[in-house]
Amino acid sequence: MTTEELKAIKENLLVDSRGTACPGPLLAVKQAIGELESGQIMQILSSDAGTKRDIPRWCNKQGHEYLGDFEEAGVHTLYLKKA
Amino acid sequence: MDIEKQILELKAKVDKLEKGTKDQISIVVFSGELDKLLAALIIATGATAMDTEVKLFFTFWATAALRDKKKKANGKNFMSKMFGMMLPKGSTKVKLSKMNMGGMGTAMLKSLMKKKNVASLDEMLKTAGQLGVEINICEMSMDLMGFKPEEMIDYPNLNYCGVGSYLADADESKVQLFI
Repeated sequence: MTTEELKAIKENLLVDSRGTACPGPLLAVKQAIGELESGQIMQILSSDAGTKRDIPRWCNKQGHEYLGDFEEAGVHTLYLKKA
Repeated sequence: MDIEKQILELKAKVDKLEKGTKDQISIVVFSGELDKLLAALIIATGATAMDTEVKLFFTFWATAALRDKKKKANGKNFMSKMFGMMLPKGSTKVKLSKMNMGGMGTAMLKSLMKKKNVASLDEMLKTAGQLGVEINICEMSMDLMGFKPEEMIDYPNLNYCGVGSYLADADESKVQLFI
């Protein structure tokens, strides 16, 4: 997905993990996923650059669909769809 | 060889594979230094997010980091007292394995960690407990260093065991590490 397409997505849940370092964002996402129904979308904000590599692999293992990410002013925004 | 026999053999092999490894990681935590303990705890807590079960086996120098600085144990002999005094009392007292520079390096790293929002070792241990990370402490190390269960941290999933338990855990784990 392009950045424009990602920005047009209406998320069901925002997980703001800015200000935490590894493995903070991963733990935050894992904790929050339970609040979503299948097919709903999570938006993740992270200031940790490793997150955009970690979360796709986490999705891969858990079966969720990773939609993509973009970076603006040092903040990474990631999107995933719950399986 | 008839087909039935072949199927039975295959079934036995599959059964063995299925019960062979679980989605589990076991880590031998041997080193008692801040950097190495941090690495072990970050991997352990991260693994829980991946739904991987975690078994930590604390042995030798690492056991000192699990002491509670506020707790005391009585009835120690001279050697145990000496060991107790010379080893760091708990996770807040451990030093870096490199560039400690008389404690200056460790202090600098700790202030950097705070600035960069990296959780302290103490906080990591609390998180690990909440996430269900199992800690097994080597009974022999406790005995050698003269540590007693009453001076160890309050941790929800803490056991004392021997190498047999570690080997049984490692045998079931997909990933094994020694730190």
